[in-house]
Amino acid sequence: MATGHSRVAARIMISPAVLLLLGWMIVPLSMTLYFSFLNYNLLMPGVHEWIGFTNYEFFLTDPAFFAALGNTLLLVGGVLVITIFGGIGLAILLDQPMWGQGIVRILVIAPFFVMPTVSALVWKNMFMNPVNGLFAHAAKFLGLAPFDFLAQAPLFSIILIVAWQWLPFATLILLTALQSLDRDQIEAANMDGARKWSRFFYIVLPHMSRAITVVILIQTIFLLSIFAEILVTTNGGPGNASTNITFLVYAQSLLQFDVGSGSAGGIVAVILANIVAVFLMRMIGKNLEA
Amino acid sequence: MGSINLHNVTKKFDDVEVIPPLDLDINEGEFVVFVGPSGCGKSTLLRMIAGLEDLTSGSIEIDGQDVSAVPPARRGLAMVFQSYALYPHMSVRKNIAFPLKMAGLDQAEIDRKVDGAAKVLNLDAYMDRRPGQLSGGQRQRVAIGRAIVRAPKAFLFDEPLSNLDAALRVNMRLEISELHHTLSTTMVYVTHDQVEAMTMADKIVVLHAGRIEQVGSPLELYRNPANKFVAGFIGSPKMNFLSGAEAKKRGAHTIGVRPEHVTLSRESGMLKGKVGVAEHLGSDTFFHVAVDGEDLLTVRTEGEFDIKHGDTVYLSAEEDRIHRFAEDGRTIQ
Amino acid sequence: MTFDEKTRTKIGFTIAAWLVGLVIFFPILWTVLTSFKTEAQAIASPPLFLGFDWTLDNYFEVQERSNYFRHFANSVVISVGSTVLGLLIAIPAAWAMAFVPRKRTKDVLMWMLSTKMLPPVGVLIPIYLLFRDTGLLDTLTGLVLVLTLINLPIIIWMLYTYFKEIPGEILEASRMDGATLWSEIVHVLTPMAVPGIASTLLLNVILAWNEAFWTLNLTAAAAAPLTAFIASYSSPEGLFYAKLSAASTMAIAPILIMGWFSQKQLVRGLTFGAVK
Repeated sequence: MATGHSRVAARIMISPAVLLLLGWMIVPLSMTLYFSFLNYNLLMPGVHEWIGFTNYEFFLTDPAFFAALGNTLLLVGGVLVITIFGGIGLAILLDQPMWGQGIVRILVIAPFFVMPTVSALVWKNMFMNPVNGLFAHAAKFLGLAPFDFLAQAPLFSIILIVAWQWLPFATLILLTALQSLDRDQIEAANMDGARKWSRFFYIVLPHMSRAITVVILIQTIFLLSIFAEILVTTNGGPGNASTNITFLVYAQSLLQFDVGSGSAGGIVAVILANIVAVFLMRMIGKNLEA
Repeated sequence: MGSINLHNVTKKFDDVEVIPPLDLDINEGEFVVFVGPSGCGKSTLLRMIAGLEDLTSGSIEIDGQDVSAVPPARRGLAMVFQSYALYPHMSVRKNIAFPLKMAGLDQAEIDRKVDGAAKVLNLDAYMDRRPGQLSGGQRQRVAIGRAIVRAPKAFLFDEPLSNLDAALRVNMRLEISELHHTLSTTMVYVTHDQVEAMTMADKIVVLHAGRIEQVGSPLELYRNPANKFVAGFIGSPKMNFLSGAEAKKRGAHTIGVRPEHVTLSRESGMLKGKVGVAEHLGSDTFFHVAVDGEDLLTVRTEGEFDIKHGDTVYLSAEEDRIHRFAEDGRTIQ
Repeated sequence: MTFDEKTRTKIGFTIAAWLVGLVIFFPILWTVLTSFKTEAQAIASPPLFLGFDWTLDNYFEVQERSNYFRHFANSVVISVGSTVLGLLIAIPAAWAMAFVPRKRTKDVLMWMLSTKMLPPVGVLIPIYLLFRDTGLLDTLTGLVLVLTLINLPIIIWMLYTYFKEIPGEILEASRMDGATLWSEIVHVLTPMAVPGIASTLLLNVILAWNEAFWTLNLTAAAAAPLTAFIASYSSPEGLFYAKLSAASTMAIAPILIMGWFSQKQLVRGLTFGAVK
């Protein structure tokens, strides 16, 4: 239903949102783009000359960049592996007949609602600390030397922390998808003589494949921007061992005050995210009926 | 009060013209039914009269005033939707009172009118319930109550009985017709059910692909359909169409004769055929007869007729009950 | 007592699920427990599970030493503020897209969602500099503005899906009944959409409360919400596990409770409809 009147009203009603988001997109992003072509350092005020792609050259050839890129991929990949496999497992487990399913759900979902700084610090101090953390106590109990997680395996430790936070999200989504599976299909498979593993591979998994893809895409978008957990645990260190692209740009921009270089890095991050976003938008578009 | 005139009205959705130029006059106090198959544009036409859809071109007048640009709230019409469209968060009383509240009447006046409508529609016992707690028929009545209470110039009904079960439908049909007699307000009623059209209308408008095929009283459409489409649409079961030798004999491309006008005989008749399935309704029996070179013919007989599946039978009809159609579908007079 | 096979499997799964659930939940449980210990007992070896002297000292100390409630209030202000502002902008936009759909509506909606996928680090510098130059740095106003903008796509999206579930005919009926656009939205749409609006509100408060990029980079002392306050424990002095636990427990408690109620909203809001 659309009449001339309602069409005009609709246009007015939607404009604040559109204008604000348009502004939010265009203004800062174009500024970043602009800065990326300048020699701009906050420690040298008044010096803003155009230097073309020099910032990009430096940023992309900096060994720190390659380290950060690798770390970013490891971070995203590691968390994805843990959350997808863990999520599928948990979803299947929670779908089984049991008592107190509601409470188990709450227990499993809880980590997602804990703010990133809290979870990072709790893990860092109360679990991973080589002197007072629970893992250290457990190691001593077993007669092993305590492992200094954040110093010796910083990236791995952060992967663990972030995976703990995102596992509930994956579980919830996959559980929802799993529960939307028509029981009739499973029964038909049973009648056809399929056993548990066959049922899983040929019916359940394909049904969930769409949800799995969505979880991968959405988590990737958010995981590219992991920040707080790195900031409060390792600050990117030791060296660049746990620096991802987001943290690298942050460090260059707000710690070294190199606006030009940081902006170039920011644009690189945007391009990376866009690649993933294109695939995600296609999936959303397929499902959206306007 | 309550005359509606459509002049040269057209409607396009994107670039598809769903209603080519159309003229129609609805007189004060008439019960007019728009009928036609799905997608023929009858609901669209109704919604254009209501103001819920814009006209692509042309004009609509209500009581002589051009309302083409007037929003629905100000046309003085009331509409009953197929899904009733009751406000789920309001009680029945508040639902019926809503239009009066929008019109700014004071509470005492509103109460008076709401009680009046409730009485007419037997809703007194349900006034404080929510729509979710009512049955289909009760909801229908609340929707009608909400329409009545505004004393509109005309009522618009958009397939109001489609969601009800068969028995309820028959009852509501009678109630709506009664309402029309009581209020004498113009009613424009859309349905795809030709039985509703035939039983309720003063005037029927048969629509097909956005075009008006014929306008007339139920009996006019039954006796003198203007073309093959109307002839086949009005009347249940459908009119039988023959396009073989019998048609050519009478100088027509196709001839049509209604099942109730065909007589069966075991000895002789115009056409010879073989009996197929028989449908026994008790009061009538419908036989489906296979005739060489034609589609299956339906024949109605009263009561019982002793004939079995596979028997040979002869069909006849009176000449003045046989309709002749030209190749383009028009009736040949 | 012998059980049939069905019950035995049920018992098995129950044990397995509870075990897994408790393991996953353990860090949170441990934090809450530790918040009631003394600092010495917090680092005791072997670790004390329940056998310690319960005390509320940490909770008082956190407030006294670092004005905890100011940061708590900041979190409340920015979460509620950005949610309210977001709703005010989003409700009309969602109405327009849900009830007056045009050919472009789907594209506009997808574009809005895509703005959420922008990595914040891509606009960190301009926003930081802009805020610095306009005096918005370390202000609640600045934070509310940014949080509104980054969550607006989700609010609009969620309201859109809830509005689409409302039959358009009911709004048309209100128009036939003489309602103006304002009456239509206030008297008919909003009451019907209350559950949807409440759900959206809940989810957005959670997202804003837990936001840990802009709240860390755009605040110093004055406007720091809990995310930033807790972050200050990353370089502490002396024994602090118990105090950290107390501060953390208070910081996450409200959200855990809200989160319990908003599981369905989470799926709806954060998968953008790609999973039903």
